[in-house]
Amino acid sequence: MGWFTRLKKGIITETKDKKDIREGLWYKCPRCKKIVTSDDHYASANVCSECNYHDKTNSQHYFELLFDNQDYTVLFNNLYPADPLRFVDTKKYVDRIKITTKSTGINEAMSVAAGKIDDLNLVVASMNFEFIGGSMGAVVGEKISRAIDHAIKTRSALLIISKSGGARMMEAGFSLMQMAKTSAKLTLLADARLPYVSLMTDPTTGGVTASFAMLGDLNIAEPEALIGFAGPRVIKETIKRDLPEGFQRSEFLLDHGFIDFIVDRRELKLRLAQQLRFLMA
Amino acid sequence: MELLDFEEPIELLLEQIEQAKIIASKSQIDMTETIADLEAKVEETRKNIYKNLTPWQRVQVSRHPGRPYTLSYIKAMTDGDFIELHGDRQIEDDTAMVGGFGSLDGKSVLFIGQQKGENTKMRQYRNFGMSNPGGYRKALRLMRLAEKFNRPIVTLIDTPGAFPGITAEERGQAEAIARNLFEMFRIKVPIICIIIGEGASGGAIGIGVGDRVIMLENTWYSVISPESCSSILWRSWEFKEKAAEALKLTPQDMLANGLIDDIIPEPAGGAHSHPEIMFETVKAEILKHLEILEQKDVNTLISERIEKFTRMGVFNER
Repeated sequence: MGWFTRLKKGIITETKDKKDIREGLWYKCPRCKKIVTSDDHYASANVCSECNYHDKTNSQHYFELLFDNQDYTVLFNNLYPADPLRFVDTKKYVDRIKITTKSTGINEAMSVAAGKIDDLNLVVASMNFEFIGGSMGAVVGEKISRAIDHAIKTRSALLIISKSGGARMMEAGFSLMQMAKTSAKLTLLADARLPYVSLMTDPTTGGVTASFAMLGDLNIAEPEALIGFAGPRVIKETIKRDLPEGFQRSEFLLDHGFIDFIVDRRELKLRLAQQLRFLMA
Repeated sequence: MELLDFEEPIELLLEQIEQAKIIASKSQIDMTETIADLEAKVEETRKNIYKNLTPWQRVQVSRHPGRPYTLSYIKAMTDGDFIELHGDRQIEDDTAMVGGFGSLDGKSVLFIGQQKGENTKMRQYRNFGMSNPGGYRKALRLMRLAEKFNRPIVTLIDTPGAFPGITAEERGQAEAIARNLFEMFRIKVPIICIIIGEGASGGAIGIGVGDRVIMLENTWYSVISPESCSSILWRSWEFKEKAAEALKLTPQDMLANGLIDDIIPEPAGGAHSHPEIMFETVKAEILKHLEILEQKDVNTLISERIEKFTRMGVFNER
C-alpha cells in the first residue's frame, strides 16, 4: 500500500498537452550542479558562476569574447580536408569527414578570424574539438601557416587557442609533419617581432602540445585544463602506477614553469589586451 | 642471429647448412660444395624475401634485435674517432639520447641520435630508446655547439617514441620537443636526419628537422606506431598489420608523398645481416649530401629548409 491516497482519479496528460521545454534551455554545471539558463551560461563565457568550472566552448564564442564589438572576419574557411592516403580503419576517412562536417556544421578542426582587440590588430586561430577530437591534419597546419602570413602582412599579434587530442592518425605522416610546418612558420613570425600567445584549453595533448602550443612568447592556459604530451591513460599503462592528483592540469604546468599564467575565460580579453599592449602599443 | 617469423625459409636452409657441417666433420665426405650451394641459396632466399616485405614486416625488421644502433653507426663511420658528450646542462643526462663530435673522413661532424640497448640490461639503461626531455635538450645544446663552430649535424633516428612518464611530463616533454622543432629551423649549419630504425612520432621528429630527411630501406616513420593506431582506431591490438598498411609508413610511401628526401638501400637481409656494408653506405650518403649542402649559403639553406616543410600537407581549397 502506498503512503498517499490519490484523491482525484484518472489524471492523465495527453502527449500533445505536455508542456514543451526546449532542449538545452537550461544548463546544469557538471561539477557543482548549479542550474542556470543556457543564455546566462553563454553570457558567462560557458564558465560556471558558482564554482568557476570552465566548460568547453566553440571558436565562434571565443571570437565574440575577444574581438572589439564582436567585429571580425573569418579567414581561410575555404580549406577542406583531403584524404591523400585513402585511409580506412573501421570507417573510411572520407566518410568520417562527411559525418563530422554534417553533425558539427564546421569544415575543420581549426577556425581563423582577424579583427581588433582594444584597437590592436589580432589574428585568432582557434581549434574545434568537436571536429575529430580537434586533431591536427593538413588543414589545421595550413590554416596556422596562413594565419601567420596574415599576421605578418597586417602586423597583427597571433593568438592560437589549442584544444586537441593531438595528431590526426588518418593523415599519418602528413599529420606528423604539421608539427614541423607550424614550428617553421612560427620562426617567421618571431623574425617579424610579432607577439604569439598560445592559449591552452581543455584538453591540449600530443603533437599539438609538442609543437605550436608550447611555442608561445607567452604560454597561457584556462583553469584546470588537461595539458600534456602523452595522455594520462598511456602514462598510467607505461608506469603501471596511479597518477598524482592534479597531474597534467594547468596549475601543475604553472608550478613546473611551463606556462606564464592561468586565465579565467571571462577575463581573457582583458588580460590578453593588457599583455599585448605591453608588447605592441 | 634471431630470425623473424617471415624468415622461416632461411631458417630451414641454415639448419641444412648446420647438418652438412656435422656430416662433413664426422665422415670425411667433402661437403664444401654443398655448403657453398646452400649458403648461396640463403643469400638468394633472403634477397627474395626482403624484396617483397609488407609494411608490417618492415616494421618488424626495423625493430630486429640484431639491428645496429646509433653508436655502432657512429663508431664505425668515424673509425672510432668520436667523443661522446653528456648532459643537458639543466637537470639530467638522458641515456636514450647520445651525441658528440666525430670525424668522417677528416671532416668534423656532430652526431646525435637515440640509442637502444643491445641486451636486456642495456635496453633498460637506454630506456628502450625513449628519451626524456633532457635528451631533446641535450640534443639542442649540442646542435648550438655545432652551429657555433660551424660543423654540420647528422641525426640518427631510432625510437619507439618519446618517453611517456611522470617526470617526463613534469620536465616538459612537449616543450622540449616543440623547442627543438622551432630551433632546428634556425640552426645555421646543414642538418641531415636519417631514420635508421623506428621513427615514431613526436619522439622522432624532435630531432628530425633537417635539410635532408632520409630513411633506410627497412624502417618506418609515422605519427603513431601500428600497434597504438590499431588499439585506438580498431579498439584492439589485433589490427597492427592493417594499421601498418593504412599509415603508409614505409620509406617508399613517405618518399612518394614528398615527406622525406631520399631512401638508403640496405644490404639483402637488412642492415643487421651485413652491418659493415650498411655503415659504409650510410657514411657515403652523408658525405654525398654534405658536399651539396655545404655549398649553399646560410640564408638559402634555412629558407629552403622552412619551405620544404611548409609545403607538406594535402588539402582541398574551394
